[in-house]
Amino acid sequence: MNQQGVRWTSEQVLALAPDDTSRKAGNKLGAAGPWSDAGSSDSGAVWGLCKGSGSKPYQTVVDTTGPAYKCSCPSRKFPCKHALGLLLLWAAEEEVVRGSTTPDWAEEWLEGRRKRATDKNQSDAGTGQTAKTADPEAARRRAERRAGRITAGATELEQRLADLLRGGLAAAEQSGYGLWEETAARMVDAQAPGLAGRVRELGAIPGSGPGWPVRLLEECALIHLLDAAWLGIERLPEPLAATVRTRVGLTSPAEGPPVRDHWLILAQYDSSDGKITTRRIWLYGRDSGRTALLLSFGAAGRSPQQALPVGLMIDAELTPYAGAGQLRADLGEQFGAPVAIASPPPGGRTGAALDAYGRALRDDPWLDSWPVTLSGAIPVPTSPGWQLADADGETALPIAPAALGRSGLLKLVALSGGGPVTVFGECGHQGFSPLAAWSEDGSETVPLI
Amino acid sequence: MTGTTSTSLWEELVTSALLGTDRRTPPAEATTPGKDAPAALLDAAALQTVRRRAGLLPAPAAALPEPAPHDARPQLPAPARRRLAQLLADRSAPSAGGRRGTAPDLTELLPQWLAAANEREYQAPASVLPALLDAARARTDLRPQALTFAGPRGLWLARLNPEWKFALRGASGGATLPDAGDAEAVQSLWEEGLFAERVALLAAVRVHDAGKALALLAATWSTERAEDRLMFLDSLRTGLSDADEAFLEKALSDRSRNVRATAAELLSALPHSALAGRMAARAASCVSLDRSGDGADAAIAVEAPHECDAGMQRDGVVPSPPSGRGERSWWLGQLVEAAPLATWPGRLGGRTADELVALPVADDWGDELHAAWCRAAVRQRDAEWSRALLGAPGTPPETGPGTTSLAERAKLLATLPAGERADWVAEFIAAHGLSEAFQLLGVCGVPWSEPLGRSVVDALDIARDAGSYPWSFSGVMGLAERCLAPEEASRLEILTATPDEPEGASPGAGGYWSEAFQRLVSTLRLRATMTAELRGPTG
Repeated sequence: MNQQGVRWTSEQVLALAPDDTSRKAGNKLGAAGPWSDAGSSDSGAVWGLCKGSGSKPYQTVVDTTGPAYKCSCPSRKFPCKHALGLLLLWAAEEEVVRGSTTPDWAEEWLEGRRKRATDKNQSDAGTGQTAKTADPEAARRRAERRAGRITAGATELEQRLADLLRGGLAAAEQSGYGLWEETAARMVDAQAPGLAGRVRELGAIPGSGPGWPVRLLEECALIHLLDAAWLGIERLPEPLAATVRTRVGLTSPAEGPPVRDHWLILAQYDSSDGKITTRRIWLYGRDSGRTALLLSFGAAGRSPQQALPVGLMIDAELTPYAGAGQLRADLGEQFGAPVAIASPPPGGRTGAALDAYGRALRDDPWLDSWPVTLSGAIPVPTSPGWQLADADGETALPIAPAALGRSGLLKLVALSGGGPVTVFGECGHQGFSPLAAWSEDGSETVPLI
Repeated sequence: MTGTTSTSLWEELVTSALLGTDRRTPPAEATTPGKDAPAALLDAAALQTVRRRAGLLPAPAAALPEPAPHDARPQLPAPARRRLAQLLADRSAPSAGGRRGTAPDLTELLPQWLAAANEREYQAPASVLPALLDAARARTDLRPQALTFAGPRGLWLARLNPEWKFALRGASGGATLPDAGDAEAVQSLWEEGLFAERVALLAAVRVHDAGKALALLAATWSTERAEDRLMFLDSLRTGLSDADEAFLEKALSDRSRNVRATAAELLSALPHSALAGRMAARAASCVSLDRSGDGADAAIAVEAPHECDAGMQRDGVVPSPPSGRGERSWWLGQLVEAAPLATWPGRLGGRTADELVALPVADDWGDELHAAWCRAAVRQRDAEWSRALLGAPGTPPETGPGTTSLAERAKLLATLPAGERADWVAEFIAAHGLSEAFQLLGVCGVPWSEPLGRSVVDALDIARDAGSYPWSFSGVMGLAERCLAPEEASRLEILTATPDEPEGASPGAGGYWSEAFQRLVSTLRLRATMTAELRGPTG
């Protein structure tokens, strides 16, 4: 094997599947049977012909550095089951994918990709700025109109919060979802999706079990804080103002200076609000020590396209978004094929994790959690729930309620076997939500979600 | 976490918020001149919220769990590890397509993979333990292998999730048992353990030292509950010998009828036991050589017992027959079944088993007598008699010697050495085709011997040429995927081509057969790869 980089594991491949059906179908195709003329190249390309029900086999090719997929099958899912099956064969180092001469049909597409990448680089480097907006004056007017609407929305929301507090939160238990849904709809009209999302979540709190009045007051107070910050945004320092704009729902493009690093792919998971699927990918820069978040979105029921295999490391450029304490970034150019993570990111004790969250709140008081790595952590069963304790058994963080029902928790417990492990996750006021772990020898990245 | 003053301020804020500022004036710290009470309350609450969050401190840790016991088994080679993850990912219910398509059914390969990994004594990777336990929870047939593979850490983990309770009960919980040689630990677990632990312990000790297990059981026998006695007695099947006779003989007068019956059954499997002798005498008095004709056409005459006396009942004969069976034939069957087969050559003119089975039986007692001999051959694991009762594999089943029941034939086959068993079934299939072979194939050793595999493949080929659909043979196909030796794959390759459709064939059958054979070939290849992966790079 003169393969550059490393092959992925079956789990990493299957994590790319857009849905459960594709995952199963791809798994079935991950056997030599239907495949012929398959092979892979040093630059991370994998190709093969897969016999389907028709007379002509499907042509499947994957560029694992993207990853990007092309298949002649009619499926509109990305990656399709053929691409998944092919990657599984490749991951398992099956005999059938040991060919090394790229067939013309695959080469054509790979060549096209390379050419586009070069063109893009040249145009970026050449013109410096692409024609972003045709008419800056019109854009400015549009932005002003939108800001005006948000201001009106925030003012109205303030009024509603004041009414709520005047009458008492106890009444909120009776009024139920309706009140909040209506208010959220008003915020959507006001073009403030950030406010709308927070308001919608308020509706769920009165039904969330003991202690709900405390949580409801906290969330109301934070919305109030955001309203107030928006209404006085011109008095805020620019980084904080950028954070407030993002929180309200005004996204600005990623335009910070690109950061090239060896990025460890630590976790990838999806969440859905019923309308939009949000995918989060956590990266850690081995050289810069920076943690970054890639966000991508998909329509209801469809997975976002961007997917990176957890447990690998990519040499790539990230472009950060503006805003104080903002971790979000966009993935730019990648250099070479991914390699396996050699060792987990450096971690600390539970106390340090909470300190990091506390410090992050200074830049963004609306933060629910902060990405941290714990080293020497031991999962401990408590009644009810679980803790992650420091190895000396003195202090611990509770596992966040949302993570308690996930299968990844027991994976973490299995990996630990009662001994210390390294855990990456999100640490916040709800507790710690584990996302990836490494056993003592740190060799294998175990995804927990 | 935070000071008492701010804690109480926060509580005051919550109370005001809950009741409403109209009814309850917020605390003085949360009022700002010139600002509405609700807005001032929210200001103060926001400050408190962020302050509380920023000031969070870790909680005191609960008691750390006992670490999982060390597992000394070697780690899986990396490709085998990847394969396992793939097999476990596919463990969900079969897709709507059922057993179609050309791709192997991975769920069917998991049991084999586990068996092969256990044979090589590999340790399960910690991160797959939850998926492994989930798979074992869903499929009871996987449990013994899955739990062996999961090892001590698997059991340790199972204690932490109520859904995996199954792993902790039954004999498979072997990892928690003391070493069978550790007399003190064995004794204390035997005296204080839970029922399931004691059953497992007894079985483990019995394998290690049959006599010690018997002594353990005898010491507490009189104090055990009836159901427990039955289970414990059952464990004596392992390593049963004449040394157990005295104990079993005593158990014949047990209070529980089931215990008595089991004791009698075990004793009858000991040809030298007193019970076997008594049963032999009773059976012999019922079956004799009928010399009325010439010596050349000797026959067996049967005089079934006229009563089931107390002695017979004490020796385990059940007096009342199931509905639809005559009393006397019911008693006869039990006597012959429990009598040592060695009784018969002496009793019936020095003939061999073959000759005896071939003898005509007077008055239609033949079926009854042969069926009882079949049960005796199975119980006493007598290969010679089994061979005689099975007869030649080419003989049509309905005219065969012993029994027409395939289930009973399968049991008889199981007493033969593996090679002979495979040859017999291979010939049976060659003579009668596949339709009746399923149960017989089930008792053959895996992977199938070359003659057996060849005969199955030939029979499938014939079935294809006959123009039927492959799913009429899906049972055998499934078995072949699991049992055919991987080396057969290359010979099968030729069958994967889609043949021309012959006149009168079922429409499209050729294509389906081609698909079925492709799946078989790819499954065999995958099995070969799996085995190679488990062998690791060093061979």
